[in-house]
Amino acid sequence: MRLSYPTNVKIIKVPCTGRVDITHVLKAFEDGADGVYLVGCLEGDCHYLVGNIRAKKRVEYLKHILDECGVGGERVAMYNMSSAEGQRFAEVAREMTEKIRTLGPNPAKKEK
Amino acid sequence: MIVANRKPFEEIIEMLKPYSKILLLGCNECVTVCATGGSKEVAVLASEIRLYRQKEGKPVEIGEVTLERNCDPEYVESLKPFIHDYEVVLSMACGCGIQFVGEHYRDRLVLPAVNTTFYGVTEEHGVWTERCQGCGNCILHKTLGICPVTRCAKSIFNGPCGGSQGGKCEVDRDIPCAWHLIVDRYRELNMMDKYLEIQPMKDWSTSRDGGPRKRVREDLKI
Amino acid sequence: MSTQSNLERVLKSGTFAVTSECGPPRGADPEVVKKKGSYLLGYVDCVNVTDNQTSVVRMSSFSACLVLKGVGLDPIMQMVCRDRNRIAMQSDILGAAALGINNLLCLSGDHQKFGDHPTAKNVFDIDSIQLIQTVKGMRDEGRFISGQEVKGKPNIFIGCVENPFADPFEIRALRLAKKAAAGAQFVQTQCVFNVEKFEKWMEMVRDLGIHEKIHILAGITPMKSIGMAQYMKNSVPGMDVPEEQIERLKGVPKEKVTEEGIKIAVETIERVRAIKGVAGVHIMAIEWEEKVQEIVKAAGLHPRP
Repeated sequence: MRLSYPTNVKIIKVPCTGRVDITHVLKAFEDGADGVYLVGCLEGDCHYLVGNIRAKKRVEYLKHILDECGVGGERVAMYNMSSAEGQRFAEVAREMTEKIRTLGPNPAKKEK
Repeated sequence: MIVANRKPFEEIIEMLKPYSKILLLGCNECVTVCATGGSKEVAVLASEIRLYRQKEGKPVEIGEVTLERNCDPEYVESLKPFIHDYEVVLSMACGCGIQFVGEHYRDRLVLPAVNTTFYGVTEEHGVWTERCQGCGNCILHKTLGICPVTRCAKSIFNGPCGGSQGGKCEVDRDIPCAWHLIVDRYRELNMMDKYLEIQPMKDWSTSRDGGPRKRVREDLKI
Repeated sequence: MSTQSNLERVLKSGTFAVTSECGPPRGADPEVVKKKGSYLLGYVDCVNVTDNQTSVVRMSSFSACLVLKGVGLDPIMQMVCRDRNRIAMQSDILGAAALGINNLLCLSGDHQKFGDHPTAKNVFDIDSIQLIQTVKGMRDEGRFISGQEVKGKPNIFIGCVENPFADPFEIRALRLAKKAAAGAQFVQTQCVFNVEKFEKWMEMVRDLGIHEKIHILAGITPMKSIGMAQYMKNSVPGMDVPEEQIERLKGVPKEKVTEEGIKIAVETIERVRAIKGVAGVHIMAIEWEEKVQEIVKAAGLHPRP
């Protein structure tokens, strides 16, 4: 499957979405990311039992924090899919890229 | 532990308006356990403030420090080498810590980032509830381990009042009626006859009503 | 020793007593109180004057009591523990007695959360049972809470309230026993809609012999509308309104609902009157004082002794 997805999506691999901390995502925004999304395993299929469920709750909390500080909660998202869903992965990458492009750049981005 | 809640973000931002170099101070004790003001919450709030101020075009420099305790001079003194690098201190410690740091560095304002709320317990992960008010005159032996001063909305000593229904308090249906819990204990321990004893009026002079309190142990003074 | 209370006189004579209630206005106009009082004059033995009920600011019970006294009624001053500490309470007790208020009803008071000033600080220095003890101590022992001497004892008839419908049910009679032991001489209960449950409570009361120590007045509230009945059932803490009663109101034509509500109240009076140990009724016609005459007459309780 040689599927293409937008090149502006930078993938950071973690052992489990449960490893992703709120501070990691905030740092990404501080460093200029326009959007961040987590891709975890399907709910109920977590190798570490509930890592993806925890990630989902953190994303909800992050939305609240990003709304508070004016960056905008809609710039974070959580998706669940299995490792066999390459198509879906590419589709989500396009969907998220489109959504962020509509929102425009991260308003807290530092001048380069 | 002392349980606190973070203040609303707008309130914090308003306090910080005049400043661009801020020391954000956390505490490793109670506020860490109740996930309000430990190193993690310091990092999140610092990030949130930086993002906001960057967006507003008024960037800030934030130092992030979490002390072992904010209520002990030896730890508070450890701020000495660098506290003056900042214009202001924003503290996520409880009300005691906020005041104590301020007392040590009189040329710096210490602003509160949290509302200190109660003495409580971790009822379950992510849920903290109140148990004690520090009234200075414990009667838990008389009320079988449940404090009516704290846990009854009316601090009634001879309850329950007429608003107790289905084991819940009239003030909030999510709050258990303290006197319902006490009566349950009387029954469990076969002590219902004790319920008939009228609890005497409380001496509030040991509580905050008597003025700020102080404890001294002469043998420990250096 | 007896007090000057008309209610005490009626109860001690063994006559079935009738009290009612007057909620003071949210303003300084004494005419409102006089008007409410005029509906009750000659139909009740005593009239309760609420103390900032449901934590809404109103004319003080103390002042409204004096207004009612002026029109010939014997008022029962209600005093809640929410707004005063022991210093203010004892001071008001002395003041009330000095100005001829013969009855005091001791209550905890609704939490301020329900009122018009939910941001207020509450007091609850002492509770209702301790307030009963306080009045008794001042009157009988001539002692303040502090133990110091009261010079000129307040001669006051002491009342309390109890809610037979609150939980835990098993201690509701015991709690009345505590209040009687503390010195309460009469009790007015929460509104009785569920007569069966009230009967059960009275049975527990009689088993403990409390009815011989304290005069029990059953609370009666006429329903003005179906909406009021539903509100009482669902939204007022500690209220027990059986579904059948709401159904009964729904079963009559719209224009007959108030009439039916009054009918139910009168029937309830007759039913509680038949219960051994019930010494009277306390009619709480909430903002409907003008209907008390009709209820008292229909229940055969008029004229008053």
